[in-house]
Amino acid sequence: MTGFRLDRGGLIDRTAPLDFIFDGKAFTGFAGDTLASALIANDVHLMGRSFKYHRPRGVISAGSSEPNALVELREGARKEANTRATMIELYDGLVARSQNRWPSLGFDIGALNSLASAMFVAGFYYKTFMWPKSFWEKIYEPIIRKAAGLGTASKEADPDKYEKAYAHCDFLVVGSGPTGLMAALTAARSGARVILADESAALGGSLLNENEEIGGMSGYAWAMAGIAELSAMPNVIVMPRTTIFGWYDGNIFGAVERVNDHVLEPSPYEPRQRYWRIMAKRAVMATGAEERPIVFGGNDVPGVMTAGALRTYANRYAAAAGKSVVVFTNNNSGYHTARDMKTHGVHVEVIIDSRKESAADSSGIPVIRGGAIVNVRGGKRVSGVELADHRMVPCDAVAMSGGWSPIVNLMCHRGAKPKWDERIASFVPPDVGGGFVAAGSAAGRMLLSECLADGARAGTLKGKTPSIPKCRDEAFAVTPLWWVKESTGKAFVDYQNDSTAKDLPLAAQEGYRDIELAKRYTTAGMATDQGKLGNVNAIAILAEATGRSMDQVGTTTFRPYYTPVSFGALAGPFVGRHFQPVRKTPLHDWADELGAVFVETGLWMRSSWFPQEGEDWLSSASREVLATRQRVGLCDVSTLGKIDVQGKDAAEFLNRLYCNTFSTLDVGKARYGLMLREDGIVFDDGTTSRLAPDHFLMTTTTANAARVMSHMEFCHQAHWPELDVQYVSVTEQWAQMAIAGPKARATLQKIVDKVTLDDTGFPYLVAKEISILGGMTARLFRISFSGEHAYELAVPADYGNLVARAIMQAGEEFGIAPYGIEALSIMRIEKGHVAGGELNGTTTAADLGLGKMMSSKKDYIGRMMAAREGLTDKNRQCVVGIRPFDVADKIRSGSHILKKDDAPSMAADQGYVSSVAWSPMLNMWLGLALLSNGRERHGEVVKIFDGVRNIHMFGVICDPMHYDRENKKLHA
Amino acid sequence: MLVKCPHCGTRPVEEFTFNGDASVQRPASNDPKSMDQWFDYVYLRDNPKGRFDEYAHHSSGCRAWLVVTRDTQSHEIFNVVTARDYAKKRVAP
Repeated sequence: MTGFRLDRGGLIDRTAPLDFIFDGKAFTGFAGDTLASALIANDVHLMGRSFKYHRPRGVISAGSSEPNALVELREGARKEANTRATMIELYDGLVARSQNRWPSLGFDIGALNSLASAMFVAGFYYKTFMWPKSFWEKIYEPIIRKAAGLGTASKEADPDKYEKAYAHCDFLVVGSGPTGLMAALTAARSGARVILADESAALGGSLLNENEEIGGMSGYAWAMAGIAELSAMPNVIVMPRTTIFGWYDGNIFGAVERVNDHVLEPSPYEPRQRYWRIMAKRAVMATGAEERPIVFGGNDVPGVMTAGALRTYANRYAAAAGKSVVVFTNNNSGYHTARDMKTHGVHVEVIIDSRKESAADSSGIPVIRGGAIVNVRGGKRVSGVELADHRMVPCDAVAMSGGWSPIVNLMCHRGAKPKWDERIASFVPPDVGGGFVAAGSAAGRMLLSECLADGARAGTLKGKTPSIPKCRDEAFAVTPLWWVKESTGKAFVDYQNDSTAKDLPLAAQEGYRDIELAKRYTTAGMATDQGKLGNVNAIAILAEATGRSMDQVGTTTFRPYYTPVSFGALAGPFVGRHFQPVRKTPLHDWADELGAVFVETGLWMRSSWFPQEGEDWLSSASREVLATRQRVGLCDVSTLGKIDVQGKDAAEFLNRLYCNTFSTLDVGKARYGLMLREDGIVFDDGTTSRLAPDHFLMTTTTANAARVMSHMEFCHQAHWPELDVQYVSVTEQWAQMAIAGPKARATLQKIVDKVTLDDTGFPYLVAKEISILGGMTARLFRISFSGEHAYELAVPADYGNLVARAIMQAGEEFGIAPYGIEALSIMRIEKGHVAGGELNGTTTAADLGLGKMMSSKKDYIGRMMAAREGLTDKNRQCVVGIRPFDVADKIRSGSHILKKDDAPSMAADQGYVSSVAWSPMLNMWLGLALLSNGRERHGEVVKIFDGVRNIHMFGVICDPMHYDRENKKLHA
Repeated sequence: MLVKCPHCGTRPVEEFTFNGDASVQRPASNDPKSMDQWFDYVYLRDNPKGRFDEYAHHSSGCRAWLVVTRDTQSHEIFNVVTARDYAKKRVAP
């Protein structure tokens, strides 16, 4: 037993023991512990296996930079992978599992990789698994994935809720250490609206970990007083457990608040996490500094950790990582750890200071100056260290300190690069302007008094900067030591990716001198910790290997997120139907009553077919077609886009939008319109009716409804603001239904008021406001998509179901049947009407056989470009009808068309089948196709090639209008 | 990023749909000789570094088309006007 709980001290509550399970074994910790501190206090140091070599790994840090101690937290649907044990607050009933080991943490077969480590040098993926090529997908990749996996995600749906929220403030303080607290207090006391956020559960930052003195009291007491003051102020929002993960344009900060990650199960009324967007007029980055590891042999053996982490565990959590400690440092901060451990009664064997001289206070602990560790002994636990002078020092914990790096990430999120500061041998934040400033150790100020003064300065939004409380400073000096080259064991630069010191010179030697390339080649700085600890060492080693300065090598790009953000937080409440809501038409209930099968088109649920007992979709749709063509059918067409256009210039506006003319349309009439894009390709189609001289009702296709509306708004506002016209979408205000078939007139006549539906009173293409069912407002259009004598009836949406039922009742004596969009589609293909398959963003009006609609008397969107040579070429593919040569054959949509005797090839391609349907009227599969010079080829026998099924058949090209070419039924 | 809509005030950028360079202007002529102008208008766009006028539709707000003047490098927004005012101020081609 070496790790243990100290008898006294710490910010843990010894009266509140908490039971938890790690790797199936039960342990006890205290309130205030993290999972990492509780495990250390229970002498568990081995917390995971490394990524590539499967080396045993323990905790290295005491914060969010942790690369090693990643666990699967919780079980079942709530399981979360790759969670840092250093950031997990202990709670009663916590369950966690170590990762990346098989079959067990203690005995891991993958560790054999370590023996074959020559194979795993930088770029090993690229070198080793290159050949044979076919092995990559089937053999190498699956094995690598299995061996190199991190934790596994739960496959169950997340049962918890997540929220999104916005906040606005005058001053955002990121970090609640001495600098952040001083800044927040200064700004808040001047009346500013302040948000103070910190990633930890407890505010206070380093003041929770260190024995400082501020204003005549302990640093901890000063922090608690400051936090109490801030919490009581109405203009301050204090946000613990909140990571500011990114800085964005407009001084907007992204944050995740872990509302309920520290309890067994969130209350059903609270989210697990809350995703914040914080709009800050000004902000201060008081994120502190990160202690760096030193690269030496065995610097990853469990029991080696940063000096700051070792003393944090002892001071804050009363958890001693060992009974006998060796400190290895290149700066004064290692001495601080040695003294604190001694105060706690832990034996400190020796301080190994790589510097030949230093004035730091060792409190009587032996110091070896100019020394270095070349290897750490021990497998799953430190047993001693070997020094450069071959001395052996037995110990069970090693505290290392390679200096401190300001945590500059946020300030670099918008592209600015940090600068190298020789004085503290660190990158310091760039100057990004007044809206966001760095302060304290995040700005490279290493003394407590500097931090407090800096915080006060940053928090002074108006008036004079207040004086700061007196405090005790500890001098800071560092002489860089990045890599102990005499190391005999593996020396790690990046723990999470198992990149060693030798990988970087190798990368440079092979040409990857740029830090961004070296990162990708060695993988140093990748994965969940993004090199928070290791990057600066990698840069230094690469700088030395390539004879450049730190500034010349520079850093890799800092991007959000600072620490991993869960998908749940990003999605917020917008999951399932809140992500993709259902749009039901006003006739949904009516269709549902009649047993409709619905299909999702976009967000809409459309009635697709109305099967009777024993019918499949095709027999149902075929029956619906027959019923409509022989008697009468009712179809819901409410999803069509409807736009109400009014104003003095409404007709002129439509003239400019559509390729055909609307100013000549009589009041009370409807006309089919075709809209082009500015490049001359067809955009959308639909009928538009003139209800009054200055009042039109447009319809659009279902799919383009929103796009057409935006297009109109653009054309009006950006091109023709002089037009006096208003328009609004009324799609949802009206239920619309098609009543089609020989008995449509007789059926409708029974429900309309006063109007006589004959060819004089209500001829083809009439559109009128009428009343039905004894006074209900309605609009009746005599238009037809099916080719039958047909009407479309629009009624206020809320009356949709009622009117549909009334029509069904009225049509009962004629044998009325509801029909869905399958039958609708069959009938439009029989009639050769174009739809989505043909209006596909590649076809011109002429391609669709609608070239004559293009007016030459006016300007309209697309007119000029539609006249281009390439868009008027006679060999363009245009719409034709197609039928199988042998009527028993089934044509399939997407099949390509070839000349009868040609073999399939791109060069021989003549076009393709765009829509097909089984025609119950003609008893065969037939379709529409886009065929090169197709209008000249009616009657030609062609080869229809289905490349997916690798079959072909013969077909005959014909007029697109397969059925009732004389339109007798339409006018009947 | 925040955009100050002349109608709705300062709103998050997610409410807007951007639609490229606003400096190009639709030619007025249908004369075939103006075809080059039409090609430029339909297809050619500059991609400047720095100040840039671009169309933005307040699609999840008041539905007005706006012209946002933005620095493409820093994303600083200098000015927002309605496309209507922008068009009216522009000299006819």
